[in-house]
Amino acid sequence: MDTANSTSIQLKKKAKKPVSKINTFLISLYNINKFIIRFFKEAFLPPFEFKEIVRQCYETGVRSFPLISLTGFIVGLIFTKQSRPSLGQFGATSWLPSLVSIAIMRALAPLVTALIAAGKVGSGIGAELGSMRVTEQIDAMEVSGTKPFKFLVCTRVLATTLTIPILATYTGLVAMLGGYINVAVNEGTSFNTFVQEFFDPLTFTDFTSSLIKSIVFGFTIGIVGSYQGYYSTKGTEGVGKAANGAVVTAMFLIFIEEIVIVQMTSWFR
Amino acid sequence: MYKPKAPIDHTNAVITIKGLEKSFDDYHVLRGIDLDLYQGENLVVLGRSGTGKSVLIKIISGLLQADTGSINVLGKDINSITDRELQELRIRIGFSFQNSALYDSMTVRKNLEFPLVRNRKGITRKEIDSAVEEVLEAVGLSQTINQMPSELSGGQRKRIGIARTLILNPEIMLYDEPTAGLDPITCIEINELINEVQEKYKTSSIIITHDLTCAKQTGDRIAMLLDGQFQRQGTFDEVFDTNDERVKPFFDYNFIK
Repeated sequence: MDTANSTSIQLKKKAKKPVSKINTFLISLYNINKFIIRFFKEAFLPPFEFKEIVRQCYETGVRSFPLISLTGFIVGLIFTKQSRPSLGQFGATSWLPSLVSIAIMRALAPLVTALIAAGKVGSGIGAELGSMRVTEQIDAMEVSGTKPFKFLVCTRVLATTLTIPILATYTGLVAMLGGYINVAVNEGTSFNTFVQEFFDPLTFTDFTSSLIKSIVFGFTIGIVGSYQGYYSTKGTEGVGKAANGAVVTAMFLIFIEEIVIVQMTSWFR
Repeated sequence: MYKPKAPIDHTNAVITIKGLEKSFDDYHVLRGIDLDLYQGENLVVLGRSGTGKSVLIKIISGLLQADTGSINVLGKDINSITDRELQELRIRIGFSFQNSALYDSMTVRKNLEFPLVRNRKGITRKEIDSAVEEVLEAVGLSQTINQMPSELSGGQRKRIGIARTLILNPEIMLYDEPTAGLDPITCIEINELINEVQEKYKTSSIIITHDLTCAKQTGDRIAMLLDGQFQRQGTFDEVFDTNDERVKPFFDYNFIK
């Protein structure tokens, strides 16, 4: 092959690359939308896989408790500790519980819980379904006349959607405890007073927006993990990619959703 | 011990394929497959790796879609049936996967129960237990009922995979490389099991393999897949009684002449 021809082919390839990347992105977007529509079509029609949903809730929720507890506690403790000097400059350390409560309940608890769950649960879902795909276990379910999508995907997405809000609430409470310890050590505030000051500034909109955020985050973690795993290819390499893709995509979407929901909530305040 | 079978009725085809073609991007795998599988027959599809043998049975079971051609399975045209009809049809077809495809997170019992409880509405606990015991006994592995798939040997996994398909009493069995990765003695045991299944459950089977011992031991008819088409069909001796350079090496390498 002559040099000119070879260069021309290389240029063509280079020119093609961005287009094919956009194509791949658009195809993925279309496929994930189809996947979400399929979830809504199948999840709420009988037969319901109650046992599997409970098992998945246990896997998602109970097994995440130790990590969530530790992270929530540290977030509360550190946030209070780091906020103290700034408030101290204005002699406003008595506002710490209010500041901590607003930061934690409005933003940190749902976000931190979702990010941890994306790493722990989302990657687990991606890897498990990916491994089932490459070892033909999903095909085996399909050829035996069962519905693998309902059993594997719907149950996992429902489980994350149900448990992430519970975990986020728990994270908020544990973070409150962390904040209380810092306040109690420095100001000697009683627990009852701290709790009262903690919940006083919170409004119904705060609780609702946090709940909605957690539900959306939970759904995102479940659907992204399931999508990555369910359609994984290329053997064991594909399993790794599915797990990695589940975490990266879910985290990216969680940040976007956080911005959108915060913006939307601000219209109601 | 396997006994000689009743003669095959060549007027009663359970699978009829005409002009089947399938490509993956630029790779034209199947180039006009015509095939009949008759009631009670064990048909072995032989061919080198990558010739589309597994693709063929995946199309028959609806896991893959053909590009062109008609595929009639148990009186249903695979290309034009609804999802619901396909699901009902699949219950009548057993598919034994190359790597067994047992559900890792479930015990042997749960693996066997899984298709049963989802396809037989209103089945009682007693009936489930009895069906599980029966198929485990049929494959000679009753003692493994509470074991996890990871605790089983390759041969045991194959047997449990076959048991899982038998629990729905299929009319057609599709075996994808049933002896791949097994030692010669286990291979012979699996071949005998395939024949026993055919005899006991009166199934018609397609056995995908490149193992000639398996082909000779299980096949009533052999179909040799070459260049995306069935080039030779007949009994084992008929297929290999040839000087065709594409067929002869296959036989010679298997039996190290």
